[in-house]
Amino acid sequence: MSKDAITKDFEAAVGADNVMTSETDRHAYSYDAAVLDSVMPALVVRPTTSEALGKATKLCNDNGLPLTVRGAGTNLSGGTIPHPGGVVVLTNGLNRILEINEEDMYAVVEPGVVTAKFAAEVAKRGLFYPPDPGSQTVSTLGGNVAENAGGLRGLKYGVTKDYVMGMDFWDVNGELVKSGSRTVKCVTGYNLAGLMVASEGTLGVFDKIILKLIPPAQSAKSMMAIFPSMKAASETVAAIIANKIVPATLEMMDNFTIRTVENFRGAGLPVDAAALLLIEVDGHPAQVADEAAKVEDLCRKNGATELKVAKDAAERDAVWQARRDALPALAKLKPTCVLEDATVPRSKIPAMIEALDEISKKFDLTIGTFGHAGDGNLHPTILTDKRDKKEWERVEHAIDEIFDRALALGGTLSGEHGIGMAKSKYLEQETSRATLEYSRRMKSVLDPKGILNPGKIIGPKSEG
Amino acid sequence: MADIHKLAQMFQELDDQLVGCMRCGMCQAVCPVFAQTGREADVTRGKLALLDGLAHEMLSDAEGVNEKLNRCLLCGTCQSNCPSGVKIMDIFLKARAIMTGYFGLSPVKRAIFRGMLKNPKLFNALTDMGAKFQGLFTKKVDDLLGSSCARFNAPVIGDRHFRTLAEKPLHKLVPALDTPAGKSGIRVALYVGCVIDKMFPHVGQSIIKVLERHGVGVFMPSGQACCGIPALSSGDTETFDSLVGINMERFGTGEFDYLVTGCATCTSTIKELWPRMYQGPSAQKYDIAALERKTMDISQFLVDILKLEPKDATGGKSVTYHDPCHLKNALGITAQPRTLIKAAGCGFKEMAEAGVCCGCGGSFNIAHYELSREIGGRKAENIVASGAGTVATSCPACMLQITDMLSRKKAGVDVKHVIELYADGC
Ligand SMILES: Cc1cc2nc3c(=O)[nH]c(=O)nc-3n(C[C@H](O)[C@H](O)[C@H](O)COP(=O)(O)OP(=O)(O)OC[C@H]3O[C@@H](n4cnc5c(N)ncnc54)[C@H](O)[C@@H]3O)c2cc1C
Ligand code: SF4
Ligand code: SF4
Ligand code: SF4
Repeated sequence: MSKDAITKDFEAAVGADNVMTSETDRHAYSYDAAVLDSVMPALVVRPTTSEALGKATKLCNDNGLPLTVRGAGTNLSGGTIPHPGGVVVLTNGLNRILEINEEDMYAVVEPGVVTAKFAAEVAKRGLFYPPDPGSQTVSTLGGNVAENAGGLRGLKYGVTKDYVMGMDFWDVNGELVKSGSRTVKCVTGYNLAGLMVASEGTLGVFDKIILKLIPPAQSAKSMMAIFPSMKAASETVAAIIANKIVPATLEMMDNFTIRTVENFRGAGLPVDAAALLLIEVDGHPAQVADEAAKVEDLCRKNGATELKVAKDAAERDAVWQARRDALPALAKLKPTCVLEDATVPRSKIPAMIEALDEISKKFDLTIGTFGHAGDGNLHPTILTDKRDKKEWERVEHAIDEIFDRALALGGTLSGEHGIGMAKSKYLEQETSRATLEYSRRMKSVLDPKGILNPGKIIGPKSEG
Repeated sequence: MADIHKLAQMFQELDDQLVGCMRCGMCQAVCPVFAQTGREADVTRGKLALLDGLAHEMLSDAEGVNEKLNRCLLCGTCQSNCPSGVKIMDIFLKARAIMTGYFGLSPVKRAIFRGMLKNPKLFNALTDMGAKFQGLFTKKVDDLLGSSCARFNAPVIGDRHFRTLAEKPLHKLVPALDTPAGKSGIRVALYVGCVIDKMFPHVGQSIIKVLERHGVGVFMPSGQACCGIPALSSGDTETFDSLVGINMERFGTGEFDYLVTGCATCTSTIKELWPRMYQGPSAQKYDIAALERKTMDISQFLVDILKLEPKDATGGKSVTYHDPCHLKNALGITAQPRTLIKAAGCGFKEMAEAGVCCGCGGSFNIAHYELSREIGGRKAENIVASGAGTVATSCPACMLQITDMLSRKKAGVDVKHVIELYADGC
């Protein structure tokens, strides 16, 4: 079919206003938040109804057009960089919260609902949706599910997958597949909704998503502990968990990050400290008091030189502001900022920190490290200028080595940012040849023409 | 078409600033244009990517990029929230200048900027004449707001509910002032700005009245020119330079402690853009940086320098406040206007999203009226929902836009400048 005829078909399916063909519009969908080269799509469509989303999917398949679904385009692994000649399907026109059920504590949403807006609506009804990725003010719930996004509360409250109760999604033929239910328990059929989590747009196009809600904690206490070494800080993390305390959040910052954040906001962080832990416990007031005291005690026993407990909401906010400032502050230092999310078992954090130190020296690079110490999810952040070709080569080698070391320590390639294009080449290294084969076979049956986000996660087909 | 390669080279000069965008997409949360359209080319990240595409010759449709670039209020909200600290306003203004250099200025803009703005006397004469004849073309729609709409089908006016030109502009009512410092021991220069002069002379009079009341000497020279923002945001740096030059001639030599304005847009233009973007000859003759340091919003002057304090409201009006982008985003001023409202004895009611742009954006309102109206419509809803009988702000351009939106809704809410409330009492 001619290009014009195809465009007409898409216009009929989603409405003429919702089809973008101009060079400028297409260029604006050629990238995402990953530091990778951009690729222009042939067409961008923005369905505003569930039916239109299904029709757009079918049209892509019928015409053999590569389809890349895009939420807010904030993923850091190239998951929404289109395939050459492909179609970008935007979900931000599908942004209705269809139901918040207070009695049964679940919600039904369209995939383009912005995470923070949803969390705020839920909070208004006295309920709680915990997954809070750093990008939550813009990221979409569909994108969160497709990346299995996690946030500061991952340690105690889990990540997005722990809240997906069910989902309707479009298969490549434009048929609606239903999985899961509005009940807490459900073993009807395969756990297809589970299969969709972290599938990064390669297995189906999400339509409605059913999310679990929980009651919010009654009270919380936050504190900041200062340590003379990263080792002492990470041993404290291990000790807290070993004492059967699961804080809501347990975050770590290295000296470089502390200094950068302090330069940025001047909030009075200890610039000499080798490491900082930011800890919050929450729950029933009595339990919070008890756990906070225990955590304080453990921090001191493990060598904390100073401990500040937030007395009120304002002080508590200040603690979390310091953490939220980490990325912006680092990002201002150099033009390009590569944020990795290699994750290791908690006990291996000191070893991983040491490895990062060696890597930064070996490749002569500036790396700031902060992250979710409680779940072993570190964010080594390489500061560079992509235009400096020589340095960029060193960056690429350093990234390879970061993953080598993380895997050697029994860790994983990605705690939360996904595989996309950026890390698909390492997938076999973490899993096995058979895993890759199995995944490719499964994909080839569900998506025989290979139109769903080709090249992501399991890499190009030709390698198989 | 002219050589795209040449255009690319000009954009290359922006590269050092463009590369600071890490494409995190966080600007999607704050951009009012994106909030309406949901299109990436309408949000900062998209616009920066388009400029980057032009610079690296990945794009050929320069006109298309220019069109997207102009779908922007220049409200600065993205810049004040950008985690990477990208100097977005600098980039956008420079890019517009490059584009205008490349495509040329449109005939209409050329006539307005170079024919009229550049010549304050002519500008005044033309608008004076306009004020006399406008009754022929317009009819009153809302007495409270004093708004009118077009009697005939006029393309630029469309179906706007606008404020007509004042019968007597400020430069007729008070041609010039030069009074010594009174009991305060302070003397200020008053920069009026076009919109206050020609549409809201009462705001100007209120400023003068308040300054006199507090024993502040006023230096208000005649022949002031426009601050230059309309020209600059259309990429016409030539007109901008000449306007700054005229104003520096008027103010550059005066003896005063502060320069105050009642227009958020003028304040931010004088403080942020005169020193950074001016490239004319006055730079050697006058100290623009010194003037920049002296420049203040009127409420900032009254609260920070004269130390006005809030009063207990005693049955006065209930008032809500809209933060003009050019005060909040560019200069970080949000507390002082609210304090001034309370100092006037009004009851204060905070509205939702007070800091979100009203959608005016100067010529944006003319070029993209539909979008501007959608953004403004939401502002009007928030104003009404606050339950206040009056909405105050610190930017006459915002007053125009908000008047249009409220008049259209027949909301029965009055629009005032904060200084009017303080001058006239609540
Ligand atoms: C500043 C910053 C901070 C971040 N912090 C975190 C963090 O703390 N934790 C974290 O986990 N991540 C974080 N991220 C990464 C990113 O924001 C998350 O992965 C987020 O879930 C992506 O959501 P999105 O709507 O932008 O999805 P997109 O980037 O648009 O898409 C992501 C993937 O989902 C697929 N997809 C989207 N919608 C659908 C759908 N309806 N059906 C099928 N597939 C779909 C896309 O094809 C793509 O593969 C951060 C990113 C930034 C820029
Ligand atoms: S917030 Fe700043 S760095 Fe992030 S995409 Fe927007 S302009 Fe770029
Ligand atoms: S200046 Fe305002 S309208 Fe323009 S891109 Fe930034 S936030 Fe959007
Ligand atoms: S007039 Fe409206 S657009 Fe202009 S600065 Fe004021 S708020 Fe922003």
